[in-house]
Amino acid sequence: MSPATQEPVIRTRNLTKEYRRQEYHVYALREASIDIRRGEFVALMGPSGSGKSTLLHLIAAMDRPTDGEILVLGHDLRSMSESAVARWRNAHIGFIFQSFNLIPVLTALENVELPLKLTRLSRRERLDHAKWALELVGLGDRLTHTPRQMSGGQEQRVAIARALVTDPDLILADEPTGNLDSNSAKEVLTLLTRLNKEFGKTVVMVTHDPHAARTAGHVRYLEKGMLLPNGEVPEDWAPIHHVG
Amino acid sequence: MQIPLSYNLRNLTARKTTTAMTALGIALTVAVLLSVSALVQGLRTSLAASGNPLQVLVLRKGGTAELNSVITRTAYQDILARGGIARDEAGQPKASLEVVTVIVLESAENPGGININLRGLTPMGFQLRDEVTLSAGRMFRPGYREIVVGKSLVNRYGVHLGQKLRFGRGDWEVVGIMDGGRTSANSEVFADLNQLAADQNRTTALSSVLLRAEDEASVNTLINDLETDRRLNVDAMPERDYYAQQTSSAAPIQALGTFVALIMSVGSSFAAMNTMYAAVARRSAEIGTLRVLGFSRRSILVAFLIESVLLSLIGGLLGCLLVLPLNGIETGVGSFVTFSELTFSFHITPQVMLTGVLFAVFMGVLGGILPAASAARKQILTALRSA
Repeated sequence: MSPATQEPVIRTRNLTKEYRRQEYHVYALREASIDIRRGEFVALMGPSGSGKSTLLHLIAAMDRPTDGEILVLGHDLRSMSESAVARWRNAHIGFIFQSFNLIPVLTALENVELPLKLTRLSRRERLDHAKWALELVGLGDRLTHTPRQMSGGQEQRVAIARALVTDPDLILADEPTGNLDSNSAKEVLTLLTRLNKEFGKTVVMVTHDPHAARTAGHVRYLEKGMLLPNGEVPEDWAPIHHVG
Repeated sequence: MQIPLSYNLRNLTARKTTTAMTALGIALTVAVLLSVSALVQGLRTSLAASGNPLQVLVLRKGGTAELNSVITRTAYQDILARGGIARDEAGQPKASLEVVTVIVLESAENPGGININLRGLTPMGFQLRDEVTLSAGRMFRPGYREIVVGKSLVNRYGVHLGQKLRFGRGDWEVVGIMDGGRTSANSEVFADLNQLAADQNRTTALSSVLLRAEDEASVNTLINDLETDRRLNVDAMPERDYYAQQTSSAAPIQALGTFVALIMSVGSSFAAMNTMYAAVARRSAEIGTLRVLGFSRRSILVAFLIESVLLSLIGGLLGCLLVLPLNGIETGVGSFVTFSELTFSFHITPQVMLTGVLFAVFMGVLGGILPAASAARKQILTALRSA
């Protein structure tokens, strides 16, 4: 069981993201209200264009909402300056991309060390932390390998190590298994579960893979930019039966 | 903390061909600028070495060069009577009355001939030129049509011992070759004062007087003394100042070279800009990722600017290597002061190289600032999506 507490680390109210192109108004997300508690593992599911990635980007402060409220770890992200948001993101958020997004010219160790460059840690400490994170994801023997020398699954594990190396409060994953074969996807999901259960990290994962969603403690669905009420599933979608 | 430098360096090595082509363009621009700078530096070195700080050159009042100056033997005798002039062991004043004219020397390179400074002087005049030594042959004899030529005339015009040059009233035999060190004596011809003066019908009206002062303090006293004597009607100046004025001969070359280098630098900056814009476009997802990891817009700007500067630095260093073989090569420039050719060598100094490297850095900043700013301006999601 995930070690969730009652304290919400993510709280949105009527969160809206609207894109305007001349006379066209497109709602990527409309009046989404959600509470995610510390230690929860939540999967956001829905068809393409349903707004699940938009919600994740707003939680990570990678984008600004058009309307509504958003409090993440007690911070009102709308009122923070861009540089303050950048520092906050570095300290509190670990982000995992579908396409891994490693820096191709840097080694696994350097990729994982990168977010620590923004901390006050010494070089020695940074390298120790990065090695620890890579060992945790089972890549202690691949420190000097560049992304090109690794498989997709290994790349995503490096990306997970990079996301957890700063010891963030929140791990946000955008389709983390979308570009992986089933075995690699399984490894990645096992790692995310471990981060949630063993290290108490709050994990929010966007996916449209039911297998991936099953590893999460809760699943919330989105459809056409709307966050469906808890327990409600879009038409044509079978509800997820959780594992364990 | 900024994005690590290794990120920029490895990105440059990852795109070897693009990096090499851009760096080569910058290198050629730097090479043009450095060639001109080395030329001017060579001329300056030659002229700066040509004067002795203790020596004073005396010319006719208003005379800008030895060539258009007239000093009579009577005036010379008056000058010798001044105090503050150094004397040799025999008690003779260290002073040299000289006649300077121009001869035309033909060569395969210049079939129409080139003006060369011909100087008539006494053995004392030779002694006053400390850097000048006889490297081959012997000194001219008084009363003979004999000349000693600077080594540059041997190297550039093939003048040799025993050769007879026709000027004035007859043939003059080359009996010696002198090494003027770094001075302009390398591109001059020395002859006996009285023989040359007679040959040129200038037995009473000669050109200039070179004096050595007893000490540094006496230099200004001597100059003041000579210039305030209205009977003499002369201008006196430190010998170094006289040669320093001649660096103006290099001004047109310097201006033209700098102009060409500046035009080329515009092209090179655009090449660097093009390369950096391509890098920004190609690495859009990386920019987005770095921003997600917490790096600020400023860090992104600095990183891409540094990359552009590194690229230009490679070009700058390559440009320095390209011009190094020029160092020491002899060339000549027509002097607007003496109306004769002044021979000197390209001189590539650390200062010249530093100028080239700084110029390359300038091109890097110029070419990198807009692409770096465009990278920094990217919105995170736009950057991630344009991958």
